[in-house]
Amino acid sequence: MADTFALRIITPDKVFYEGDVEMVEFNTTEGGVGIYKNHEPMTVIIRPGVITITEPEGEKRAALHAGFVEILQDKVTILAESIEWPDEIDVERAQSAEERARERIASKAGDVDIDRASIALQRALARINCLK
Amino acid sequence: MASMRDIKRRRSSIQGTQQITKAMKLVSTVKLQRARSAAEKSKYYFDSMYRTVNSILSRVGHIEHRYLVPGDSPRKAVVVITSNRGLAGGYNSNVVKLVTRNDALKKEDLDIYCIGNKGRETLARHGYTIREDLPDVIEDPLYSEVNALTARLLESFEKGEIGEIYLAYTFFKNTVSQEPRLIKLLPVVPEESESESNAIMNFEPEDVEAIEMIIPKYISSLIYGGLKEAIASENGARMQAMDNATSNAEEMIDKLSLMYNRARQGSITQELTEIIAGSEAIS
Repeated sequence: MADTFALRIITPDKVFYEGDVEMVEFNTTEGGVGIYKNHEPMTVIIRPGVITITEPEGEKRAALHAGFVEILQDKVTILAESIEWPDEIDVERAQSAEERARERIASKAGDVDIDRASIALQRALARINCLK
Repeated sequence: MASMRDIKRRRSSIQGTQQITKAMKLVSTVKLQRARSAAEKSKYYFDSMYRTVNSILSRVGHIEHRYLVPGDSPRKAVVVITSNRGLAGGYNSNVVKLVTRNDALKKEDLDIYCIGNKGRETLARHGYTIREDLPDVIEDPLYSEVNALTARLLESFEKGEIGEIYLAYTFFKNTVSQEPRLIKLLPVVPEESESESNAIMNFEPEDVEAIEMIIPKYISSLIYGGLKEAIASENGARMQAMDNATSNAEEMIDKLSLMYNRARQGSITQELTEIIAGSEAIS
């Protein structure tokens, strides 16, 4: 069994998750990462995606949308602006958001903010993937 | 001496007022409990945010970044958080005073972003420039709305319209004491005290880019935290004000009851004297 470390996920409204975990995986601006105990101290910025928390008893998934992470050797703190458990996600809304975002990106019209649309798309995909 | 009927009318009107203040006190007590637990829950986030940003900045202190130095413009933006409703004692005027009584903040150079009606009314009357008026945010604070406000503030900062950003709100110390505070949001000034362990921290992406992304989140979180504190403070202040009003009303009612009883007694005595005098005259 792998060593565990303390993980805390905090949102502006509450402490979303607190516990000892073996591994946590999420997306950052530099790509996907998986963190085990004794990771090098680091601060990373989050990209929308699925966060997978591996507890000794099993796995938990959630859709993580924005924020940043402070990684210390025995403690990881995720400051999340927005994060949802699978049962809080509205699938239909996420699917229609995905379509809308794809249309906007495909249209390539001058007034379309591609960055915003692609973040909206990533967010919708994070929600959908989290439920799979 | 006031007539019996006048005293009675006055007393019943005060009793009516007392019932209102009593009810308002109860309502704000309940609201306070809710607001307080919300403020406590969100505190973790802001404390962690504050600590992280400070530790990042203290490590990259030498870096030149536009968020770390004042902008060229002499104009300053102040986000003022007050309430939409009155009857909260000195709560609103204390926050407004932070702005009007501050010599460093000149009236002509200020852009006010007002959250809450009461502050806007007073500041507008004093002739301040109200850039934005957001009374709804206080009723149900959403992080996304605060984020949008931060984005607008930063846009204005980048365009060079404003050089500094401040936040005026009321810090919730405890139920009986709230403290109006004015803090500087931008440029970010890292705290000098660096007692914590100097673990080497790496950044992904690089320092400058990280600051670029974290500072807006930092500002949003400070405004959001201020908002939560302010709501708790508002209800605390109102609870206290209404408690005082209720006990003042009680005092007045007691006084008026005494006066009424005296007047009644007086009129009875007078009537008796008249009867006795009348019967003596006949016999």
